Amino acid sequence: MNMHVPRIHTAGEKALIAAIEAARATLPGNGDVMQRRDEAAGLLRAAGLPSRKVEAWHYTDLRNLLRGIPVGAGAGAGAGASEALIDGALMLRAGDDGVGRLDDVADMPEGVAVASMASAFASGAAAPLLAVASDHDAVGMVSAAMASTGFEVLVAAGAQVARPIQLDFAASAALHAVNRINIGAGAKAMLIERAHGGGMSSLVTWLSVADGADVTFVLLQDAADDALHFGRLVIEIGAQAKVLLLAVNSGGGLVRREIDVAVNGEHSDFKLRGMNLLSGRRHVDVTMVVRHRVEHTTSTELLRNVVTGEGRGVFQGQIRVAAEAQKTDARMACNTLLLSDEGEFLAKPELEIFADDVACGHGATVAEINRDHLFYLMARGVPEAEAKALLVRAFVSELLDDLEDEALHDALNDVLSSWLATH
Amino acid sequence: MLEIRNLHARIAEDGTEIIRGLDLHVKPGEVAAIMGPNGSGKSTLSYIIAGRDDYEVTEGDILWNGESILEMDVAERAASGIFLAFQYPMEIPGVATMEFLKVSMNAQRKARGLDPMKTPDFIRVVKENAAKLNISMDMLKRPLNVGFSGGEKKRAEILQMQLLQPLMAVMDETDSGLDIDALKVVADGVNALRGPDRAFLVITHYQRLLDYIVPDTVHVLYKGRIIHSGTRELALHLEENGYADIIAKAA
Ligand SMILES: Nc1ncnc2c1ncn2[C@@H]1O[C@H](COP(=O)(O)OP(=O)(O)O)[C@@H](O)[C@H]1O
Ligand SMILES: [Mg+2]
Repeated sequence: MNMHVPRIHTAGEKALIAAIEAARATLPGNGDVMQRRDEAAGLLRAAGLPSRKVEAWHYTDLRNLLRGIPVGAGAGAGAGASEALIDGALMLRAGDDGVGRLDDVADMPEGVAVASMASAFASGAAAPLLAVASDHDAVGMVSAAMASTGFEVLVAAGAQVARPIQLDFAASAALHAVNRINIGAGAKAMLIERAHGGGMSSLVTWLSVADGADVTFVLLQDAADDALHFGRLVIEIGAQAKVLLLAVNSGGGLVRREIDVAVNGEHSDFKLRGMNLLSGRRHVDVTMVVRHRVEHTTSTELLRNVVTGEGRGVFQGQIRVAAEAQKTDARMACNTLLLSDEGEFLAKPELEIFADDVACGHGATVAEINRDHLFYLMARGVPEAEAKALLVRAFVSELLDDLEDEALHDALNDVLSSWLATH
Repeated sequence: MLEIRNLHARIAEDGTEIIRGLDLHVKPGEVAAIMGPNGSGKSTLSYIIAGRDDYEVTEGDILWNGESILEMDVAERAASGIFLAFQYPMEIPGVATMEFLKVSMNAQRKARGLDPMKTPDFIRVVKENAAKLNISMDMLKRPLNVGFSGGEKKRAEILQMQLLQPLMAVMDETDSGLDIDALKVVADGVNALRGPDRAFLVITHYQRLLDYIVPDTVHVLYKGRIIHSGTRELALHLEENGYADIIAKAA
């Protein structure tokens, strides 16, 4: 049943619809799952991709930006080697073949249970994960229509998991995954979700953090320069819980990353630390909403963006404070260092506050390299490129310097270093 | 060693001429003092020697060991042995002082075809030199110059000079903001580096510094030109009589 008036599709829309149709026969799922897929595909066919006329896509005019589907290295190429971001991490790997590989299942940390999403597709338990929010929810549509792999991770209440858990998605042509991660009450864990490789990929993750839990979550996207990537992370946070989210984009061609956080329990804290390294011709859009729903919660969102070449970045950050959410303290800052005339970064911070006793603020700045600083460093013999790299690192360092976990600090520093070395 | 010939330079942005036909010759081993009223162009001259691109040379040349440096960028000039001690050293948040010292030393070594320093050697040489300048290791743990007092910044400049061992140091009002004890510490640092192959261009407002760093030659810079040159006695004369009579004579 299709109530929408058929419309003429762009080349990008045609390619996307064709990709979905071609994949359908091989996708896993029971009747419920397949119904969700078909609904998503139908919606895409009817509504098309969102254009800049849709507010949520105003700075990422997907209808015009998506010209075709990048082929990547080709379906047969196999997943690239993927190292652990942090040495010793438990690796859960998925590639284009739809098979989620669980390394060292025998050696699972105490209190951790992991499973491939395969059985949830087969049973239909995965159906609710294939949700499409509206007729301009392109991320939801792509994911629901094509997700074929992913992981379920359960961390038991009270478990203190020292070993980081990395969900690793290495695409060679097309990789679409959904994940569900539940962190039990009082548990402590670090999770890393890495999207890399080429072609088209989508990653939708549902993270639930129960009361009193303490979670560090790293979202790393370092895909190929022409890769098309859709990401979504939905987080529900209970009472007295702490979530630190590190969202890093250092690759990709056309990237949309959505982060939706619901702070549902009192006395909990959410922190976003975002590092966007934009070079070449990439377009990276980070669209975030944090919903403060109850009293006495805090959040800080700090982004540091570095733009070179013709890189283009977008941050849409919305903080919503419900009428009941008195005593909310929320601060958002988005700072950009612009290294080229052709690059740009568009920041749209928004506060939507219905409570009257809150402390909320936001700010966005764009600056260039400080010429006095550059002169000083060069006057000591540091060549221009190296001096600029030092200053870029200085700009980003504030984001990384207050990370307590040294291994994580060093790992993200390495991501920055390798980006600096190649751009 | 350094030969400046009929130098004319202007502010790149608005074209205002600041240096107007300046001649200066500094020999190896020489300590040349440059004095002059505020606004004469002393700092501008030091920036132009260092290669700052806010200024455009419109006429004349700067020869360094016989070759023009006008086409060299700031880092290349530094690596060739020219050091500028800033009148106002920059605070650079986020850049760790120790890392900066290491990066700059190794950048210069690399430009001269030397291997990078090993970390223990680096730390040792920094500690030795810092101790002589009363610079605590605590200070060096901070970001570059951030939160340093005026005197600490100047001492940090001298530390950098000692570590980088330049062939010529241009010191822009290194004495300003220093009390007498700090002034002596700084002067000792400079004097320790004096030698037959190394030259200094000491820019100062006051003769006081020259009691401690005794110059071979003294030059008066006024309105972008050297209007008078002499020996150490010239500095003493200026201290007593001011610039008026020399300016009048030159006019
Ligand atoms: N970048 C600049 N922009 C504007 N004015 C400048 C700049 N550099 C120098 N000047 C001007 O040039 C003159 C000489 O300045 P400066 O070299 O700092 O003098 P000094 O160090 O002898 O006191 C002053 O009038 C100063 O205001
Ligand atoms: Mg000056």
